[in-house]
Amino acid sequence: MLSLNKIEITQGSFNLGAHFDVATGQKVAVIGPSGAGKSTLVGAICGFIDLRAGQLILAGRDITNVQPDGRDMAMLFQDNNLFPHLTIAQNVGLGIRPAMRLTSDEAAQVHKALQRVGLTNFGSRKPSELSGGQQSRAALARALVQSKSWMILDEPFAALGPALRAEMLDLVAEVAAETKAGVMMVTHAPEDAQRISDSVIFVADGVAHGPQATAGLLDNPPPALKAYLG
Amino acid sequence: MARNAKPISRIAGIAAATFVVVAVLLAFVGIGLRVNTVSGLGPAEWQAIQFTIAQSTLSALLSCVLAVPVARALARRKFWGRTFLITLLGAPFILPVIVAMLGLLAIFGRSGVLNDMLEMIGIAKVSIYGLQGVVLAHVFFNLPLAIRLLVQGWQGVPAERFRLSAQLGMGPRMVFRLIELPLLMRILPGAFALIFVICLTSFAVALTLGGGPRATTIELAIYQAFRFDFNLGRAALLSLVQLFVAGGAAVLAFWLVPAVTFGGGMDRMQKRWDAQGNGTRALDGVCIAFAASFLILPLLAILTSGLRGLVEVPLIVWTSAWTSLWVALVSVLVLLVVALPMAGWIATSRRASVEAIGLLGLSVSPLMIGTGWFILIHPYASPTDWALVVTISVNAMMALPFALRILVPSIRQTAQTYDRLSGALGISGIAFWRCVLLPRSRPQIGFAAGLTAALSVGDLGVIALFGDPDRSTLPLQMHRLMGSYRTDAAAGAALILLALAFGLFGIMDYWGRRNAIA
Repeated sequence: MLSLNKIEITQGSFNLGAHFDVATGQKVAVIGPSGAGKSTLVGAICGFIDLRAGQLILAGRDITNVQPDGRDMAMLFQDNNLFPHLTIAQNVGLGIRPAMRLTSDEAAQVHKALQRVGLTNFGSRKPSELSGGQQSRAALARALVQSKSWMILDEPFAALGPALRAEMLDLVAEVAAETKAGVMMVTHAPEDAQRISDSVIFVADGVAHGPQATAGLLDNPPPALKAYLG
Repeated sequence: MARNAKPISRIAGIAAATFVVVAVLLAFVGIGLRVNTVSGLGPAEWQAIQFTIAQSTLSALLSCVLAVPVARALARRKFWGRTFLITLLGAPFILPVIVAMLGLLAIFGRSGVLNDMLEMIGIAKVSIYGLQGVVLAHVFFNLPLAIRLLVQGWQGVPAERFRLSAQLGMGPRMVFRLIELPLLMRILPGAFALIFVICLTSFAVALTLGGGPRATTIELAIYQAFRFDFNLGRAALLSLVQLFVAGGAAVLAFWLVPAVTFGGGMDRMQKRWDAQGNGTRALDGVCIAFAASFLILPLLAILTSGLRGLVEVPLIVWTSAWTSLWVALVSVLVLLVVALPMAGWIATSRRASVEAIGLLGLSVSPLMIGTGWFILIHPYASPTDWALVVTISVNAMMALPFALRILVPSIRQTAQTYDRLSGALGISGIAFWRCVLLPRSRPQIGFAAGLTAALSVGDLGVIALFGDPDRSTLPLQMHRLMGSYRTDAAAGAALILLALAFGLFGIMDYWGRRNAIA
């Protein structure tokens, strides 16, 4: 279980508070108006933004002050998920070990992960030679080999078209199922939430509301969410 | 819109560029008239060439090598006074060279702070004169430039990249290999080339700390051929040499030199997760302390000795300060009249070769131009009567490459963005300048004007060739006071000059940024 125990984040005049639990292996969408603090919330959960107050507990361990790489989470950013001067295989390999040389076992693992996301023959290419969708696949391949207990996604597919986005979300769900990871995903689109998530965290007016079942919430939204959904 | 209906007319730009090219060509004609090729290059000339290249190489190398740890420390540490220090890194660019010399002498000179300390612990004094002094002064001016270029590079790294490396648990060494090394490889060659070219035409530094057969730059040799021997043939020959050395290097460097942005935003900083160990923290602390004291101590020395010397300042200093002030203001005017149309032309031209004209100013040296013009004027009029006119024109020309680097990107972007809208509304020509380009580029114009004013007011170059006691600028006056060992008066003059340079820059830059629309 991931617990956000009365956490508060302050950035300049911006405040965000959250107090809720998310069960292990859940798939949660984070939605809310732009500027409400969705990215800030997941940034804090991953350790990129310091908390002003409160604790983060993951599986009974206090991770409030743990460095990002020690949190058992793999994060996909909106862009710049790959180092442009490294090959796709090198980029994926960094997920196994943050060094450039891999053992043959590890190289095989990278190859398998690339195969899994449909990039079998792309290992030696540079990111710039790949399309946006293929770059997302490469980042997912890295999340696959990282094999963390949570995958945190900060709108990594926002620039993709609807069909491609749906395809990537399905791939995320498959990867998560294989690594038994939970998924927390920031998104603008309610249909994304419907496609992949069991529950929804709604962020608005400085508060991140705890997860509620997706179907029920979207069919019968409270006033603030209703205003956002339009 | 029709293809030919560009909102910016090219005629004014071409006219301004022609003016610059003709001014340079005239200098070549003058040099060609008198150049003494019969005697060829003697040992003294070869020694000047060797020294010029050696000191430039050393200065550029040291500046770049020292800049790396300092820039890295600045980029990854948050500390009290960080914003101030980063602002201060811009100061040497507008600090008059001769003023900085006084500050450096106060710290590193024969009776400076450093030697006093060495004497106390019983170590022999070190001399600031000669190669080491020239290199020291060049590093003082160019280390901050290299640091700024590198810090910009660090800030250009997308924040996600550091997050990603934190996410993947990379230590400082991996972060260096994956993120920082590629960055250094991209920026350092350009920084080295830029500093190398700047140091090739160094004059005031060599005049103060060099001299003698072992420490004379080509630029200084031109001056000596003039002032001491009045040997125009030799001066012309040396000018030709300078053209090949500095001009050749500038052309080569053009392809390497990075885009120098001077604007704000340098105080932003990125959160980092690597390098949290005590060892790296201490190392960064040492680097920052070193850079800060290297910059701040000479400036402080100028302030304290200047305040003491202010009462000793003779009247002539005030009259030459007045001369310097109006010379600088006219230089700014000349610069804007030339640079704005040229920037408009370059910004809308598709050919890269047009941009090269703007760099002509980097490839010619002030004393070379001065020599050429002197030879042309000399038979018809007294060159001293033309001293200030020549100074104004040369100052504007020397500032031109920097001004264009500042103006062109902004004008290009504005022209591209509002090209179609202006076309639809029928705004073109002067109206396009008045309604669109000038207001949108106001911060850049203010900045370029301020830079030109500061460079011009502090310049000690051609005026040293042409000037006489009646027509001298403040830097020249200060140099004379230093030469006659009137140290207190020179220190007072330095403070006035410092105030003029920073004041002019500050006012013009403020004018540009005030009410600027983001």
